[in-house]
Amino acid sequence: MNLLKQLRRGHTSDTIFAVIALLFGLSILVIMGGIIVQLWLQSSEARSEFGWSFLWSAAWSPPNDEYGALTFIYGTLVTAFMAVVLAGPVGVGIAAYLVEIAPVRVNQIVGFIVELLAAIPSIVYGLWGFFTLAPFLGDWVVPPLQAVLGWTPLFSGTFFGPTVFTSGIVLAIMILPTVAAVSRDVIRAVPRDQREGMLALGATRWEMFRYAVLPYAGSGVLGAIILGLGRAAGETMAVTFIIGNVPQLFYSLFDQGATLASIIAGQFPEAGGILLSVLIELGMVLFIITILINISARFMVALLSKRPTGGVRA
Amino acid sequence: MSNLLQTSSRYRRRKFVDRAMTVLAYACTMLAIVPLAWIIIYVIIKGLGAWDVQFFTQLPQLFGDGGGVRNGIVGTLEIVGLATLMGVPVGVMAGIYLAEYGDNRLGSLIRFMADTLTGVPSIVVGLFAFGVVVAATGGFSAFAGAVSLAILMIPVITRTTEEIVRLVPNSIREASLGLGVSRWKTIMRVVVPTALSGILTGVLLAVARVAGETAPLILTILGTNFPISRNLFNGPSTTLSLQIYQLGRQPSPQVVEVAWGAALLLVLMVLGISIAARLIFKGQGISARG
Repeated sequence: MNLLKQLRRGHTSDTIFAVIALLFGLSILVIMGGIIVQLWLQSSEARSEFGWSFLWSAAWSPPNDEYGALTFIYGTLVTAFMAVVLAGPVGVGIAAYLVEIAPVRVNQIVGFIVELLAAIPSIVYGLWGFFTLAPFLGDWVVPPLQAVLGWTPLFSGTFFGPTVFTSGIVLAIMILPTVAAVSRDVIRAVPRDQREGMLALGATRWEMFRYAVLPYAGSGVLGAIILGLGRAAGETMAVTFIIGNVPQLFYSLFDQGATLASIIAGQFPEAGGILLSVLIELGMVLFIITILINISARFMVALLSKRPTGGVRA
Repeated sequence: MSNLLQTSSRYRRRKFVDRAMTVLAYACTMLAIVPLAWIIIYVIIKGLGAWDVQFFTQLPQLFGDGGGVRNGIVGTLEIVGLATLMGVPVGVMAGIYLAEYGDNRLGSLIRFMADTLTGVPSIVVGLFAFGVVVAATGGFSAFAGAVSLAILMIPVITRTTEEIVRLVPNSIREASLGLGVSRWKTIMRVVVPTALSGILTGVLLAVARVAGETAPLILTILGTNFPISRNLFNGPSTTLSLQIYQLGRQPSPQVVEVAWGAALLLVLMVLGISIAARLIFKGQGISARG
């Protein structure tokens, strides 16, 4: 009787193991919950002092203890969008090359190179961007750009190296692996029949990609780009090193600015009192922005896997 | 006749667009390789210039010749090692849970949260570690930095472990269970060893990822130009990554040169670990496919 019971339940040790594994699994929920609670509690001083208007106030004056998040939200969004505008098309181009054109051997090598690009530490990008890329841009990229587009407010003023513009380009390089890798996986997941059907109709490779592959993989590719946006928004060290950390609502990309992440990293070591609480609230704003971006990106990538895998596109 | 001509000119145009797009795809790929080569070559050239005996044996000096990064090398090993000790068991076990017991609502929730945690900016994780360790214990410490790095490692290890463990064919599990081996022994003695090389790859990639992290460390270990604190739980420490940030902003070119040296050392470390991870998986990874 006892034996039967045990057989049905399995060994006691099995139950113990399952519970231990469950506890470790739950630890991820605990960490996530802990982050939220911690940010909320530690920012209470700033929240009660400034209320909701903190979010749309552009004030930043430590001597008067006046603080607002607007300049940093603005800086974060502008740099992240600039990165995505540059890296999005290139990343999708790499993915298209890897899936549709490259032979297996080249595919592995390029895939490896792209992964190395992702492995380089963010601070090294910062150092390189500050000392190498910024002077290069000043010599070779900015003069022609200003000759053509200098009349727009976006490219007005004098370029002096470490600016929003340089940050955006470095961010674009940094998120390129994410965009390329995720869209490669998404494009690879498009069923063969889609391609073969289009080719059988006499389409060229580009037409096949444009009309049979892209529409199928569309939401996933968009998801990959949005995932890149999330990474760019949360990227800290490279931007802190390059953007100048000046809290202002810049018009020109050739100005200096600051992002949520960069102001936290830049001010935290010297911060005390209410400024500490303000920085943690900025961290909470950043947390919410990146979470929203990431969840919507994952949702879009997941949409694709729900598509029928047969030859017909629903 | 004219119809035929028309089609053929149209065909030529389609062919041309096809070619142009192919070239464009090539160009995109080249565009990714250029910055990588540029960064690596530049870091090697600038970094090698800073490498001499004192670079490895001395402490940083903000004046004069810049000194070396001995404390950063020790600190990096110490903090990344401690983070690995804390993060790996949690990440691997959580991954085993998801793969073996996670086909339910709770499993999906944990999986979703792990993915979300992967996307949380490292500086936010640093703020968390500041709150729970630094503010609670009353001071910056190597331990606080290690906690933040461990948190960054956990979701990465969890998801790769889950994926690899899922790859282990069910026939292997069934064979073991059929012999009367209990489930937990099947998992620990049969499934995990089969997936071991893959798990190790995931662990190494996670270690490589956090070894270069800087942002959370500013908030937790503070950084120092003096010997790092002997006490892991109290007193400022430093790492190579943090030194690149702090020395790279100094006005003196000699000090900045030391930062380049540290960058080269860090890049070699991180790329070395990433490449080792790939090689391990290449050599053994197929064993997971029965």
